[in-house]
Amino acid sequence: MLEWLTRSVLPVGTIVVAILLIWYAAAIPMNAARTYMMAPDDAEISFSELVNDTWSQKKPQLPVPHQIVMELKKQATIAWLWKEKRRGYKRSVIYHTWVTLSSTMLGFVFGLTLGVLLSLAIVYSRVMDHSVMPWIIASQTIPIIAIAPMVIVVMSSVGLTGLIPKGIISMYLSFFPIVIGMTKGLRSSDPILEDQMKTWSASSFQTFWLLRLPSAMPFLFPAMKIGLAAALVGAIVAELPSGARTGLGARLLVFSYRSETVPMWANLVSAALLAGILVVALGMIERAVNRRLGFRSAAEVSS
Amino acid sequence: MMFLAVAVIVWIALWGLNLILVRRLPGSQARLFVPIVFGLTLAILLELVLRGLKVPFVILPKPSEMIAKFFTSIPTLWADFAQTILKGALGGYAIGCGTALVVALLVSRSDFLRRGLLPLGNFVAALPIVGLAPIMVMWFGFGWQSKAAIVVSMCFFPMLVNSVQGLAATNAIERDLFRTYAASPLQQLTYLRLPAATPFILNGLKVCTPLALIGAIVAEFFGSPIVGMGFRIQTSVGTLSLDLVWAEIIVAALAGTGFFGLLSLIERSLTFWHPSQRR
Repeated sequence: MLEWLTRSVLPVGTIVVAILLIWYAAAIPMNAARTYMMAPDDAEISFSELVNDTWSQKKPQLPVPHQIVMELKKQATIAWLWKEKRRGYKRSVIYHTWVTLSSTMLGFVFGLTLGVLLSLAIVYSRVMDHSVMPWIIASQTIPIIAIAPMVIVVMSSVGLTGLIPKGIISMYLSFFPIVIGMTKGLRSSDPILEDQMKTWSASSFQTFWLLRLPSAMPFLFPAMKIGLAAALVGAIVAELPSGARTGLGARLLVFSYRSETVPMWANLVSAALLAGILVVALGMIERAVNRRLGFRSAAEVSS
Repeated sequence: MMFLAVAVIVWIALWGLNLILVRRLPGSQARLFVPIVFGLTLAILLELVLRGLKVPFVILPKPSEMIAKFFTSIPTLWADFAQTILKGALGGYAIGCGTALVVALLVSRSDFLRRGLLPLGNFVAALPIVGLAPIMVMWFGFGWQSKAAIVVSMCFFPMLVNSVQGLAATNAIERDLFRTYAASPLQQLTYLRLPAATPFILNGLKVCTPLALIGAIVAEFFGSPIVGMGFRIQTSVGTLSLDLVWAEIIVAALAGTGFFGLLSLIERSLTFWHPSQRR
């Protein structure tokens, strides 16, 4: 317990505190110009006044952390339970986070399905391996934001609107790490064990189900974490060009047009919190699955 | 209907060709030709299906139209390429990966800093940093500097995490050997830790390549001069000149794939000793 404190909590805590200090310090010079602009010409501004003002401006260049926390609290309490009919639900950060979360999850599920299917095809067919793999890598160098508006147009012309186009855009980003990780994982089973399966005259499905799939899990979960983070980026990016009115990305665009910096940062922080919660949740599932299969995760091995 | 029938025949024929190529050609040639045949198959299929179903231009232009537009608008595409890729993406990529490498060298000297930065860096690498784009545009203006800034903030942490891990990837026996030789810290860095870190560093550079492209193009949606790939895509979608949009996408894909290929070549020549490069 004590070792855990000194070896991981203390270093991480020190760096977090250092970042916060630098943040507060940086806010003073970054926001000072506005303080001087708003003050009367002949006013003498003392240092404490300057600090006070730069940490509490309404539209600062760089809002300080406590302003962001206050803004988050305000936006969250506007409509804690965002019922469509309640007043102010459209300003609630929880509502917009929920919208982004739902297209993230849809995109992640699509991406996971596509990724696993593709990696199965790649592992079991040499033609697929040779012909598809380079194009999968090339597909990731196409910036999704370039295609996003057209995906939405094409989808709506065949009658798909709302969540599904956004899910498809975030699928595009999230399937890639999953294909790479799953392919590596499916190929990582111990040759001796494969021979053992052959000795037992196991069918190829049994070899897959009892040997290859379980031994791919330690590779699949880290890949899923990256894929989940990518799905969130995809969901946010998909909201930018699509003319969406709800969701964290759409709100970011609105606030940036109005140069309302504090709500903008509050949105960014809630996106970060969302990413953190999702990755931690996936980590818990990973630990449960690994324990069930008798693996030890990389983190447990190293500690 | 005829186009669709031809599409099916072409599909079967070229798939069969690939089957034969995979069996007959030696490994290195198969790795080159099979994906090319596959790409051609996709393009021809798309062309035939679009013709067969008479899909309107405003939904999806035909591959032939995209390529024709690509060759007729090279000056525009080059200007956008220079603005977005050469200045924004490449500039930010160099600064971001460079600083991350320097910080990693400093951090790797101290166990305390490494323990503090690695989990944080892993966490930050999972955040949607692209959301900082509007803030960077606010701070650094509409020019390429703001695009470079967002690329720097997107590339920094993945690169940092990879480099720090790489610099720690030596084992006790190797370090002991260097101590026996009375190697100075600088010698230990240049002859042991940097070479051992090279696979990790190159992996970081590869991970950052698509991030740099996405960052530079996304940032242009929040404000840009009247040149640049993101700007061109946005305005061309507005005027329904979708062939130009796809020409820009071809440029982005070529640039990204080319850069990725270059990194792979460097990787093969620098880290030929690593297990993942063995054939």
